[in-house]
Amino acid sequence: MPLLEARNLTKYFPMKRGLFGGDAGAVRAVDDISFAIEPGQTLGVVGESGCGKTTTAKLILRLETPTAGEIRFDGRVLAELDGGALRAYRRSVQAVFQDPFASLDPRMRVGEIIAEPLVTNERLPKEAVQKRIGHLLDVVGLPSRSASLFPHEFSGGQRQRIAIARALALSPRIVVLDEPVSALDVSIRAQILNLLRDLQRELGLAYLFIAHDLAAVAHMSHVIAVMYLGKIVEIGEARSIAQDPRHPYTKALFSAALPSHPDERREEIILPGEVPSPVNPPAGCRFHPRCPSVMDRCHTDIPGLEASNGRRVACHLYPAGS
Amino acid sequence: MGGPLLELVGLSTHYVSARGTRVTRAVEDVSLTLEAGQTLGIVGESGSGKTTLALSILRLLPPGARIVSGQLRFDGEDLLTKSPREMRHIRGKRIAMILQDPMASLNPLFTIGDQVSEPIRVHEHASRRSAWDRARNLLKSVRIAAPERRVREYPHEMSGGMRQRVVGAIAISCEPRLLIADEPTTSLDVTIQAQYLKLLRDLQREHGLALIFITHNLGIVARMCDTVAVMYAGRIVESGPVRQIFDAPAHPYTRALLESIPRLTEVDARLTAIDGQPPDPAALPEGCAFHPRCLKALDRCRVQAPPRFSVGAQHTAACWLSEGAPLA
Repeated sequence: MPLLEARNLTKYFPMKRGLFGGDAGAVRAVDDISFAIEPGQTLGVVGESGCGKTTTAKLILRLETPTAGEIRFDGRVLAELDGGALRAYRRSVQAVFQDPFASLDPRMRVGEIIAEPLVTNERLPKEAVQKRIGHLLDVVGLPSRSASLFPHEFSGGQRQRIAIARALALSPRIVVLDEPVSALDVSIRAQILNLLRDLQRELGLAYLFIAHDLAAVAHMSHVIAVMYLGKIVEIGEARSIAQDPRHPYTKALFSAALPSHPDERREEIILPGEVPSPVNPPAGCRFHPRCPSVMDRCHTDIPGLEASNGRRVACHLYPAGS
Repeated sequence: MGGPLLELVGLSTHYVSARGTRVTRAVEDVSLTLEAGQTLGIVGESGSGKTTLALSILRLLPPGARIVSGQLRFDGEDLLTKSPREMRHIRGKRIAMILQDPMASLNPLFTIGDQVSEPIRVHEHASRRSAWDRARNLLKSVRIAAPERRVREYPHEMSGGMRQRVVGAIAISCEPRLLIADEPTTSLDVTIQAQYLKLLRDLQREHGLALIFITHNLGIVARMCDTVAVMYAGRIVESGPVRQIFDAPAHPYTRALLESIPRLTEVDARLTAIDGQPPDPAALPEGCAFHPRCLKALDRCRVQAPPRFSVGAQHTAACWLSEGAPLA
């Protein structure tokens, strides 16, 4: 059974017009998407600005409530949890964000930052808290004396380690990683990516990994979901998506990824135009105005996410069972 | 005229604190050359001095920063002896620059047409009308659809990718010989980045531009550049033809950087991390600045900064491991 499952998950943000708040349509941030995250595995989500990847993360963190569809955790529907079960869910799901300069309170000592989730969620004796702080600092590779220092005394990479320690304080089962290395220096990124992979193996953590760096996502993920304008257009095993993308958007996205060697030649697919507004997404397939392989029916028929050779693709080029 | 388009010899730029007590050696003893029509990548992490180097070339340094030694020649002329007035005639006309954030480089109160035509009016004293005609053509050349309408719009009416194209149009408006792009695609999405890089390459071919890419991204270097200079703590630690540097990096820092980057072609390999972090430019370690993080550090690396050795054709490395090779 998957640890976390999204079924037909949808989030519209209604827009108001003018002073009296007349209805002005809605931003379709996430539109009917389904995916599953297995225990101890990583789902990578890729896509460009406005594709809905951060809204998806917020729905899982319960920072937003879905307009339609549901999220199941351990087989139980999230919307039906209350009291203790909901608190347990919040402990099981933690997050690490992009900017460790913004996500750590500058007036708190590192020990207090890491202990805060413990203090608010678990009534542990002081000594047990201290012991746990020391253990968490050790796990993320920081010296134990860090506990008495303030965030400004640390570099970006070390701050991200503090944020990871805080996320691990309640022994979560899944951690949402929203661009966890993109604010860090190049030589530091590998340290944090390696740490996250080690922690996953040692603690059996599941990750939802969001990043615009495709190679980093392919490196970290077991499954990749590619999103475009609120829809999942392709989802499947990470390596096969990275090496043999099917959907024309996935193809263009991976062909646009920068090479790791000057002789690495990929087919260069330059998409025309830009991502349209999610307020009024194009009819039919949302990608059709930019698609190099567009056909007549793409203007009108919305392609379903159909199984095709071990993955699922939402494109009329790959009809069900192909 | 023969010789390279741009030549820096032993250039050093330091930031000096108000009372002159603290000196930050942001750029130290940098030498490099760039031929007309070629593309040079300057790679480094934050604090490596790459942006200060770019601003030194344009002589656009902030107060407190000063070029303290070295030579800077552009198109056979010595830029260090130019007056501020003469430099103003060079900036924007013969050397142009593109910055990371297009919203910060465009004025929100003026139309796109005003801003694209401004350098033409300033540098070439063109009439408003002919400058606007040129502006429309420039927008077309940076692949902006409906330029007749766009010239009358304001920056906020455009997307990030389109704004960065407008900045590109301004940069090439007076047909510069050299374009310096400082992290020009960092704020753009992947497919928009691909469009923009292709545009820059097309413009380079059409106008015979020389390009300098300031970036932390080795992928941009692999895709765009002919030669590369790797900076660490204010110095160029390795430089040479891109292919040679990727195939046979001579400096441990360059090698470590290349191994630390995830690759789409080998997703399972464990990344080789570089321990520690880049040094504070105001408090650099003794000897080679990379030695505290270097797995191959020798005793002398702790006390003596290495000179640049010539390790191949046009290929230099500032590392004691290359000792024995002739000095560059």
